[in-house]
Amino acid sequence: MTSPILSVRDLERRYGDFIGCTDISFDVWPGEVVAIVGESGSGKTTLLNCISGRLDRSSGSIRYNMRDGRFPDLADLSEAERRFLMRTDWGFVHQNPADGLRMRVSAGANVGERLMAIGDRHYGEIRHTATEWLGRVEIAGDRIDDKPVAFSGGMRQRLQIARNLVTRPRLIFMDEPTGGLDVSVQARVLDLLRGLVSDLGLAVVIVTHDLAVARLLSQRMIVMKSGRIVETGLTDRVLDDPHHPYTQLLVASILES
Amino acid sequence: MTLPEYNFAYLDEQTKRMIRRSILKGIAIPGYQVPFASREMPMPYGWGTGGVQVTAAILGPDDVLKVIDQGADDTTNAVSIRAFFAKTANVATTTKTADATVIQTRHRIPEAPLSAGQVIVYQVPIPEPLRFLEPRETETRVIHGLEEYGLIHVKLYEDIAQHGHIATTYAYPVKVEDRYVMDPSPIPKFDNPKMNGSPALQLFGAGREKRIYALPPFTHVVSLDFEDHPFEVQKFKQPCALCNATGVYLDEVVTDDRGSRMYVCSDTDHCETRREEGHRGPGLPISGAQTVKEDAA
Ligand SMILES: Nc1ncnc2c1ncn2[C@@H]1O[C@H](COP(=O)(O)OP(=O)(O)OP(=O)(O)O)[C@@H](O)[C@H]1O
Ligand SMILES: [Mg+2]
Ligand SMILES: [Zn+2]
Repeated sequence: MTSPILSVRDLERRYGDFIGCTDISFDVWPGEVVAIVGESGSGKTTLLNCISGRLDRSSGSIRYNMRDGRFPDLADLSEAERRFLMRTDWGFVHQNPADGLRMRVSAGANVGERLMAIGDRHYGEIRHTATEWLGRVEIAGDRIDDKPVAFSGGMRQRLQIARNLVTRPRLIFMDEPTGGLDVSVQARVLDLLRGLVSDLGLAVVIVTHDLAVARLLSQRMIVMKSGRIVETGLTDRVLDDPHHPYTQLLVASILES
Repeated sequence: MTLPEYNFAYLDEQTKRMIRRSILKGIAIPGYQVPFASREMPMPYGWGTGGVQVTAAILGPDDVLKVIDQGADDTTNAVSIRAFFAKTANVATTTKTADATVIQTRHRIPEAPLSAGQVIVYQVPIPEPLRFLEPRETETRVIHGLEEYGLIHVKLYEDIAQHGHIATTYAYPVKVEDRYVMDPSPIPKFDNPKMNGSPALQLFGAGREKRIYALPPFTHVVSLDFEDHPFEVQKFKQPCALCNATGVYLDEVVTDDRGSRMYVCSDTDHCETRREEGHRGPGLPISGAQTVKEDAA
């Protein structure tokens, strides 16, 4: 049996006396999409930021299965190793593309940045790879020298996705990746994400309060309330047969709306 | 004449010691930006107060000071700084590169190769080579600390994408001893190769930004580039119109009110020295003030 790519145990994050999230344990397996759902303020972003190394935890362990076979706690990696992971093996897709893009440099440079960060020094090759990735996220090649400020919201989000995937990461974190988009645009981005995730065999942890997004993308779901996990399970099971009263309420409220 | 109202070279001894400590740290870690407690100087920041403080901290009574601005010794800025130290430190000054022990500069490195024992002090407006792409100081500090220099190539990438070649012509980023990426101050990239392996000590002072950095003699300095877009210096099609020098940095000057132009050495001392040696360029006046126009070969 293979081992998880990410393993979280007894994670807690406090904001002073206030609990952001607590008592969190779960594993993410290679190639698996896990959705974290819950109402606003339930601690989804807090949890995601902790496990992606962007926010310090108060206690608990977060271990990552490295390409070299080590399975260290993120806290035991040097800052250099952690940052290297973040720009090679991992990706992070922000709700607001401006948080994940360099808005004042061209689309090509946005995609090429990670390649340059890992030492690529051939302009022609970087540009070629960038063009390829723009194609994969359905951005026309002739937009390669345009800056994201000139892009629509949906294009920006697709550019952010390409920028993350160019180094062939194994694990992607997403915080409401379609949350800021018009409904008409959401479907296209979701479709694209779904295709890329399965083509590339990515493991994904995605935060969303939209159960339809969770249904479309994820195999497994974690339901949070007041900073705690109240239910986890296969996505279809949780949505079709929710056990916890809070999940039942969540599902019911979606069906009604 | 004595000037009791000034300490030698204007700054008090304690301040000079503090600046020297930063300089020494800079020399110990070539290319690393050392913070220092920059002082108010009796001139505006744009006048190179960082360079002036570094010069003040290293100057001794026996030094011979040269100050250049864009290669010229006679601009207002250069003349004022030279006069400032002549007055406050009573040091000898010169326009001859070879005679100077300390050269303070804005925007150029002299054409005549510097030699061991000389110190060149650069005036630096913006010491951070990553500033354009990463305005957060906390982040640039980490980038330098962890050598995460991919970002600097993003800037060069943008250049090529926009212009078809690396269009950065001054303040062209360099890597020092294969470790720190450094902004060489707004010298033309033409001068970048002169920094590499120079026997002179090179000091950089940024007054407003409160940073000092240094290249000790014989430091390895490489201009950044791409494999398929290698670093190149500017090339000039014609020699200096006055002294016929080639392989030097030329300025375009308008020679009359009809818009006639010629290209002359930006390093005025170099040009004069060559003319004293008998070199004559195609644009040299034959007599009086009348400029004779002549096409360069
Ligand atoms: N920096 C902070 N300082 C104090 N409290 C915080 C901080 N960040 C978040 N919180 C609190 O922690 C709780 C969880 O916040 P979090 O942002 O993780 O929720 P969320 O599930 O992502 O919500 P949303 O769906 O609105 O994004 C909230 O009550 C929030 O107010
Ligand atoms: Mg959130
Ligand atoms: Zn000349």
